[in-house]
Amino acid sequence: MLMIKPLEDILVVDFSQFLSGPSASLRLADLGARVIKVEKPGTGDICRQLYVSNLIMNGDSSVFHAINRNKESFVADLKKEVDRNEVWELVKQADVVMHNFRPGVMERLGFDFEAVKQVNPGVVYGEISGYGDEGPWRDKPGQDLLVQSLSGLTGLSGNGDKGPVPMGIAVVDILTGAHLAQGLMACLVRKGISGTGGLVQVSMMESIVDFQFEVITTYFRDGGEPTVRSLKNNAHAYLGAPYGIYRTNSGYLAIAMASIPQLGELLDCPPLLEYQELASWFDKRDEIKSILAAHLLKKNTDEWLAILEPADVWCSDVLTWDKLMKHEGFKVLDMIQEVSMGDGYRYRTTRCPIRIDGEYLLSKKGAPKLGEHTAAIIEEMLVKHATGK
Amino acid sequence: MKPLENLVVLEFCQFMAGPSAGLRLADLGARVIKIERPGKGESGRQISIKNLFSEGDGIVFHTINRNKESYAADLKSPEDLKRIKKLIEQADVMTHNFRPGVMEKIGLDYETVKAINPKIVYGVVTGYGNKGPWASKPGQDLLLQSLSGLTYLSGDKNDAPTPFGLAVADMICGAHFVQGILAALIRRGKTKTGALVEVSLLESIIDFQFEVITTYLNDGGKLPDRALRGNGHAYLSAPYGVYKTKDRHLALAMEDLDTLGATLGCYELLEYKGSDSWFVYRDDIMHKLGLFLKERTTAEWLAILEPADIWCADILNYEEFLNHAGYKALQMEQETVTAGGDRIRTTRCPIRIDGKRLFSSKPAPRVGEHVKEIERDFNLSAGYGNAS
Repeated sequence: MLMIKPLEDILVVDFSQFLSGPSASLRLADLGARVIKVEKPGTGDICRQLYVSNLIMNGDSSVFHAINRNKESFVADLKKEVDRNEVWELVKQADVVMHNFRPGVMERLGFDFEAVKQVNPGVVYGEISGYGDEGPWRDKPGQDLLVQSLSGLTGLSGNGDKGPVPMGIAVVDILTGAHLAQGLMACLVRKGISGTGGLVQVSMMESIVDFQFEVITTYFRDGGEPTVRSLKNNAHAYLGAPYGIYRTNSGYLAIAMASIPQLGELLDCPPLLEYQELASWFDKRDEIKSILAAHLLKKNTDEWLAILEPADVWCSDVLTWDKLMKHEGFKVLDMIQEVSMGDGYRYRTTRCPIRIDGEYLLSKKGAPKLGEHTAAIIEEMLVKHATGK
Repeated sequence: MKPLENLVVLEFCQFMAGPSAGLRLADLGARVIKIERPGKGESGRQISIKNLFSEGDGIVFHTINRNKESYAADLKSPEDLKRIKKLIEQADVMTHNFRPGVMEKIGLDYETVKAINPKIVYGVVTGYGNKGPWASKPGQDLLLQSLSGLTYLSGDKNDAPTPFGLAVADMICGAHFVQGILAALIRRGKTKTGALVEVSLLESIIDFQFEVITTYLNDGGKLPDRALRGNGHAYLSAPYGVYKTKDRHLALAMEDLDTLGATLGCYELLEYKGSDSWFVYRDDIMHKLGLFLKERTTAEWLAILEPADIWCADILNYEEFLNHAGYKALQMEQETVTAGGDRIRTTRCPIRIDGKRLFSSKPAPRVGEHVKEIERDFNLSAGYGNAS
């Protein structure tokens, strides 16, 4: 039996651009929703031109292709009466409407929650801002690196002798998108029970604070002590030795939480036997890590793994993508799918990470060309309108 | 009304990924009941950061498990198992992160549970999926980061692999888990049937890298190349990254180098013609810009750059951030009070619903703290059970 995707028959009208909003609607699309991107004429979603490492794929950036597959594109100039009427028709029929404009912009464009609710009372409406709608950061650009920088996040990664180290992925955007998808779906659950829609608001800053909830709660608890990364082999500023990545004779080795004296025995590294007290693993972590680091240089990664893994020590090799993708442990997941665009252009990308009823959620649909579906959608909507569906 | 009000979630999960999902469902309004073994409870209770505990449980546990109830049950005891099955009959969601095979042995695998309650959404978290050579490997965050290629994205070109200094695989996987469970609940609203929802740390941490992995899959397989200094993102052009100033640091995001050069008065930047060269000569450009930015303080640069709408920011530590008016305006904090009266200051759910922030002062439970209420509310005691 073919699985019914969980969000089948849900229509999402998405005004958002870049990564945070579109990553949320990608998830909804993969879960079965129909997602229509409303894009401005000419340039469309600015992300189309956000090239990374100078890579252009079939006219748009690689990141646009990653984020916007499995969607349709509808072009509309929201300042033109004719186009606005078409968009209103779409919005009336939508289950979900979402955007990530700065505070105030959607009100000016006229498609804000209050206005949309007038014509579509059961709508679930989502919005993303950078920093919420009040306070001194309200109008600051909601950009990933800036939010990382302000939120204290750059003091967690990298070694203690380095300056701030950003996380090298748009982690704020991705988490904010994930939280928006959660809020939208929670409201769709409620709508199924009580029939009422809802307003879902997330901000990049609130999302990145939530991401740090463990360590910020720790910070409150310890009386506000400064965050100190270990000098070498840091992997978590709030954890003791051996937690970190170490160089070996052949590459690298990651070791998570483990008993220091046990490591001393297993690795035949007697100096580690000195650290019998649990508290010393945190208090003297720089000392312990430097002993361990020097010792681990003596053999290659596979040799160390052959000793540590059978003893149930939490450790692993450290892989680059080429090695990962050749590994059976990765291949067995079938994480890569090929998608195909309207004009036949094909590319490889990842699939949705969630499995439902034992099945992967796959879709062959590539990212849309700007306005690719405008005409078809207008025709379909007008027909629906005329027949009163 | 909170969106998930009246939904009952049974959480057999331990540690971080699964329980962080349970916390989100709880904050969105669900009644989340942890099923824990009598006495010790879930293993996550013993995990400590900086040796901080409250009433015998780590502060980490308190952070992840606030707003939940606890029911103690020995899943190996037939009596207890009977009660749990009765609870399952009335639940909407159950979650676990046992290794493959464990729930089958106990007799609470999906097929068995589905027979008891066909409408249940049954969620499973694993480290690496349930097949392949890694299926029985420990699903620990740093190991997932290390295997997934993630450690080659942060830090500078000549640095060793640099992990994200937070349990990012756990957190992302927990977020995906919530999404899958909610999607299945939406479908259940229409079809009246439950679902099996599965996520793994590995699939989630691959998805987390979907933008850059898609780039890698289509650029001929070039591995990420971090900037020599101040790297912010291995795949983005200069000036994206972090710079030292006279007194502090400064972050600069994507920016047209011509505009940036003209605004700063750093005319060397204008020599790089065309945006392609901003990636190709990234290290040279960042080096020159770095020398230039050292001449003045962060506040001086912000005063020049912000009015010109250039994407830039100061870089704050926790003390500066958590006392800043911009942070305070978010009202991100709340306090829970434990049964013994210990006040724990923590953060709230980041999602606002119908214009309201979601607060809850309910603390993390003690093992088995809610046995009585739960047995009453769900008619679990033998007498009631036989009568019905």
